[in-house]
Amino acid sequence: MSDAFIRTENLTFAYENDEGKEVPAVKGISLEIKEGEFVAMLGHNGSGKSTFAKLLNMILTPTSGKIYIDGRDITADDMTEDDMFDVRRKVGMVFQNPDNQIVATIVEEDVAFGPENLGIEPEKIRRRVDQALETVGMTEYAKHAPHKLSGGQKQRIAIAGIIAMRPRCIIFDESTAMLDPLGREELMSTIEKLNREEGITVIHITHYMNEAAKADRIVVFDDGQVFADGTPEEIFSYPEPLRAVGLDVPQTVELLFKLNKMGGNFNLKNISTEDCAAVIAEAYRKATESKN
Amino acid sequence: MKDITLGQYYPGNSVLHKADPRAKLVVTILYIVAIFLAKSIYSYGAVVLSAILLLVISRVSVSVVLKGIKPLIYVIVITGIMNILFTTGKTPLFQWWIIKVYPEGLRAAGLMVIRIIVLIMGSSLLLTYTTTPIALTDGIEQLLAPLKKIKLPVHDFAMMMTIALRFIPTLLEETDKIMNAQKARGGDFSSGSLIQRAKALVPVLVPLFVSAFRRADELAVAMECRCYRGGDGRTRMTKLKFAARDWFLVIFTVLFCALLVTLNIYFGPAQVVVEAVV
Repeated sequence: MSDAFIRTENLTFAYENDEGKEVPAVKGISLEIKEGEFVAMLGHNGSGKSTFAKLLNMILTPTSGKIYIDGRDITADDMTEDDMFDVRRKVGMVFQNPDNQIVATIVEEDVAFGPENLGIEPEKIRRRVDQALETVGMTEYAKHAPHKLSGGQKQRIAIAGIIAMRPRCIIFDESTAMLDPLGREELMSTIEKLNREEGITVIHITHYMNEAAKADRIVVFDDGQVFADGTPEEIFSYPEPLRAVGLDVPQTVELLFKLNKMGGNFNLKNISTEDCAAVIAEAYRKATESKN
Repeated sequence: MKDITLGQYYPGNSVLHKADPRAKLVVTILYIVAIFLAKSIYSYGAVVLSAILLLVISRVSVSVVLKGIKPLIYVIVITGIMNILFTTGKTPLFQWWIIKVYPEGLRAAGLMVIRIIVLIMGSSLLLTYTTTPIALTDGIEQLLAPLKKIKLPVHDFAMMMTIALRFIPTLLEETDKIMNAQKARGGDFSSGSLIQRAKALVPVLVPLFVSAFRRADELAVAMECRCYRGGDGRTRMTKLKFAARDWFLVIFTVLFCALLVTLNIYFGPAQVVVEAVV
């Protein structure tokens, strides 16, 4: 037994389309995710990454293969309903549309929804809700109506609702896709904080390369399979195959990559325009200094 | 459009705002019964006084209450006219064609109009203006809790109400967006006959329904992810507390009903008194 928090073995899932045909969405994925890891999952639409995520917290049931969460085989026949809810508590999920995951008309009532479902005593729920709101920096909005908040704020409320259940792992299923750049930044810093400070395992499904660059590890999905798996530096070192599976390498990374090919020594993690410009300027300064 | 909220909660800090929603629900029902109990002119007076008293202690502004009555003005007027036209008495006050107006009709109309206005004032001041929607649903759920014994899905009903309230602003916003999108492509909602306008709404309603179903689907998955499994074993963060104040409110209302019945017995039905005046 490895120390992986999530482990899948040859996992497959097929759904039935409108004509009643079986369409495979996940084709034999074996993957291990360690506790405390920050994993970004990339892939174009229909690559199976969202389906894979939904298999992990038992929203979908795999066609075949095994999933181990915290050492427990969740595909086993002896899984009771209580076990299932335990898995969902351990592996929380935040979705794309912030509006469609908020249940209550008051922020703190919504954050309390998860713990209430777990049957926790009222005083403890109170404490958890306050803590969760503080973690996402939304304490001052506790009594507000969710529909009056911005997209980024709503999404942070949704996260607070999940962390109030004290999960070990949170899956963000394209949670930044519907937000404006500012909201996206807010959310990314919250996600990073959860991972670095609270030690929560993060699986971040996204289309944005600069978000993926912040992860410890990137898993690229294509056609229901794992296409590539490695650190951001490793993944970005091969822009051609990434383009072949419909993903765009950011221009900054491509520039650094080309410079490296010409004999440069740049870290490909410098994905933002500012960082990229800074490292190139620094290298240029050093080069001219050594010439003089 | 964004500011429409169902229930029209009017934030405040009065005794009525602080009272337990269950107490307020019980009191509202009792109060409605009391209004219909009123028969004599004195009990009507007591009912009108009580409505004014509610207005004072709730500290809701008069203009807000008048705004609440305004949309029902047609109902009130039509009820009044019906009462005037269809109440028969001994001698008509005046006669025109087949219309005969009796003094009894005028009396009945006047009393009915007072009754409706007090009914709207009482129920809105006791419930909608002073209770948040979520407190109201909680109150209903807990009041109906005994019905769980006969397998009525009380929790599910309350959850449906909560979600409906939660999504009203979201869906209104979406309606606005869709209408703007249709307007941008030449859709016209503000001219033409009533039928034409109704027809113009079809291209708004279809996408709205499709999106509502999609939302429902996504919400269901999100709720499952948050371990929702119905009302069994579920706890609540905020527990309702039935305080001394709430008992006082209920007892006071019961006494009020008793007072009305006594007034009816001692002074008889309103007709007698008014007839004496006429």
